[in-house]
Amino acid sequence: MIPEIGHFAMILALLVALVQGSVPIIGASRGNAAWMDVARPAALLQLVLIIIAFLALMWAHVVSDFTVLNVVQNSHTTKPLLYKITGLWGNHEGSMVLWVLILAAYGAAVAVFGGNLPPPLRARVLSVQAWIAIGFLAFSLLTSNPFERIFPAPINGNDLNPLLQDPGLAFHPPMLYSGYVGFSMAFSFAIAALIEGRVDPAWARWVRPWTLVAWCFLTAGITLGSWWAYYELGWGGWWFWDPVENASFMPWLMGTALLHSAIVVEKRDALKAWTILLAILTFSLSLIGTFIVRSGMLTSVHAFATDPERGLFILLLLCVAIGGSLILFAVRGPSLQPGGLFAPVSREGALVLNNLLLVAACGTVFLGTLYPLFLEAVSGDKISVGPPFYNKTFVPIMVPLIAAMAVGPFLAWKRADLAGVLGRLKLAFAAAVAAALGAVALEGGPVLAVLTMGLAAWLLVGTLAEWAERIRLFRVSPGESVRRARSLPRSAHGMTLAHAGLAIAMAGMVAAAAWKAESVKVMRPGESVDLAGYTYRLERVEPVQGPNYSSNMAFVTITRGDRLVAQVTPEKRLYPVQQMPTTEAGIHTTGLADLYVVIGDPDAAGGWTVRIFYEPMVPWIWAGVLLMVIGGGVSLSDRRLRLGAPARRAKAPAGATPARA
Amino acid sequence: MTEAMTSGTIVRRRLIFLAPLVAFGVLAGYFIWGLNPDRHPHDLPSAMIDRPVPEFSLPTIEGMAGLGLSADDLRTGEVTLVNFFASWCVPCRLEHRYLLELAKDDKVRLYGVNYKNEPAEARAWLTGLGNPYGRIGADSTGRVGIDWGVYGVPETYIIDRTGRIRYRQLGPIDQKALDETIRPMIRKLSQ
Repeated sequence: MIPEIGHFAMILALLVALVQGSVPIIGASRGNAAWMDVARPAALLQLVLIIIAFLALMWAHVVSDFTVLNVVQNSHTTKPLLYKITGLWGNHEGSMVLWVLILAAYGAAVAVFGGNLPPPLRARVLSVQAWIAIGFLAFSLLTSNPFERIFPAPINGNDLNPLLQDPGLAFHPPMLYSGYVGFSMAFSFAIAALIEGRVDPAWARWVRPWTLVAWCFLTAGITLGSWWAYYELGWGGWWFWDPVENASFMPWLMGTALLHSAIVVEKRDALKAWTILLAILTFSLSLIGTFIVRSGMLTSVHAFATDPERGLFILLLLCVAIGGSLILFAVRGPSLQPGGLFAPVSREGALVLNNLLLVAACGTVFLGTLYPLFLEAVSGDKISVGPPFYNKTFVPIMVPLIAAMAVGPFLAWKRADLAGVLGRLKLAFAAAVAAALGAVALEGGPVLAVLTMGLAAWLLVGTLAEWAERIRLFRVSPGESVRRARSLPRSAHGMTLAHAGLAIAMAGMVAAAAWKAESVKVMRPGESVDLAGYTYRLERVEPVQGPNYSSNMAFVTITRGDRLVAQVTPEKRLYPVQQMPTTEAGIHTTGLADLYVVIGDPDAAGGWTVRIFYEPMVPWIWAGVLLMVIGGGVSLSDRRLRLGAPARRAKAPAGATPARA
Repeated sequence: MTEAMTSGTIVRRRLIFLAPLVAFGVLAGYFIWGLNPDRHPHDLPSAMIDRPVPEFSLPTIEGMAGLGLSADDLRTGEVTLVNFFASWCVPCRLEHRYLLELAKDDKVRLYGVNYKNEPAEARAWLTGLGNPYGRIGADSTGRVGIDWGVYGVPETYIIDRTGRIRYRQLGPIDQKALDETIRPMIRKLSQ
């Protein structure tokens, strides 16, 4: 009975979306306030209905209702409760319910916090949101109904893929989808603006926080996935340029560009058409990502259950959403008034460079991901694109981007003095040289790694120098500096944090790629092995029984000289229901490096294959990304961007764009 | 822009705004082609099945002891598995234990083609994970891979006693592929 309630709630949500997608937008074009007002209650009702559907499906998973096909395919009575809940979105059908839930939540947020939006814009935005909801609800109901029953009910289920039974991956999809779907807001605002034929700074002030929310979630989501791959797969790497990883990385690159170009629209009323295009493309890439992952068109290590019928439906959705919005862009875009002029060397110019490089980087990832398909279609040749491609194309684009990133925030709007700015970056340059020399002294090479370590230091110190200059650190009394720091807009602190975070993460990425050490050995209990200055001693291996798996847990003692550093317990688990082994790496982090131990299979002579990785500076990647997300959050708390800021603030004179010092 | 636009600039401006749509149209065309139900990215183009292996001769991985691989080695009257692998290939790690199992337990003749790989990395990979291959050819340019129609690594081919390609496994070998396809196929061809 409860699954049927969920199913009906979802059908009702589709019907509500049809109303929300038509009445308010017609009302907006006719100036009918009553029709426009339909949008807000409709958006809230849609959210309530989808919550009901979501809870119904969750209930079926929690109580292991094996009359529901989705539960049978993805659950098992012995599965821990946490994974019974998160197993809901560990599969295609359930993850679509999560997708529409998040979409409805964003729509409801506009309805609740959008009190200060002009009513026609709000009505149009909510209608466009409803169109997206119609597409995905119909997709879910017609091709991937999660509430489908099965009779007779089997005694037990097939269990969830053991790789997904992990806390890191449990929360990866909600984060990732909050990012993907969050970009639908920028998209809806872009479409609404095209329909209205008007983009003004107020529009950008609305788009930016939503984009920032989505960006924070996407950053966190991608990183959670990467972190999971790092410790759960036991391969000792954290990014593999797999099509599914790329599918989430492309909207991130494009969304980062959007975030920055929206600043130019807000402050300088320029780059309007470009920003609209970025908003459309960012969400389009989110949709294409969904399509690539679920259509089975490209081969990947991540497998969703794929189905050509679903692929066709998503492709149809893609064509309507992307094709439709680009037609609108082609028709209405040329009539958008181009805004303020600026010199190439200026804050605007730097942000344009940022945009071009990010979009080019996104283009290379896109090409690398889809090239096998293009080539096969044209010539019949089948090829694969691996990390060598990205190292040669993606990295060279990122280098000038990072180099310019330290300079950009120093530049003034409209016209800036580059020589003067470079003069103020002496300290950053010195830091870059010091970091590069330090890398040479410690590791000796390779050249590219040494140079990029210098670049990371350049960015970090350059970013901090810009912040220090704003609060006039060491030039005025400390009290005065604190006062200045307090009065600085929070978005300025946010930028400093995010840029510094990127510098730290980048140092981690470079070091992890260049100076990783690895040792694989068959070890018997009592034996030890040396790697990168640490001694690893395999003490013993014990069988352990988990709730739905059995495991061999190794106890490995790590010492450095005579000092005990840590004991780690890597595991090799076997999940009997799916007959699938998983690896749990034993990781001890020193802050500067991860000591990473994986246990393999036993041999006949009582030895165990033990893989040991010395992963230099990998913790910096996670710390840097965390700082980026915190920076995004701090920026969001800026009063000018705060969601639901009281109406009187939004009604401030349209020309009042506070100067950023 | 305050100055009046000439009709030429207006047309040009319109064309620029049309460009994203055109690009997406082309992309959608590829996607539609990619969804063609007759296209199975996991299957060998039928042209290669039951055909003799393409002619090639490859040296072994630079700096490694052992023998290289050529088409002649596949025509010696024994059923052979040819596995295309690379150290940068993530799924290759997944299937490696099955290859070791095949080589050790099943006594199957297993040859490898190291695909577009740095010799040092390939050597480290084989010393680290174990070397299941009787012979290895280093296809550093990917040229031989093209002749075989390799889509991506890993890929595994089953060659019969007369040197014809009889089966192609696209993607990593797992327990299911091993039990349900590869072992029965080897058994059948060995009779």
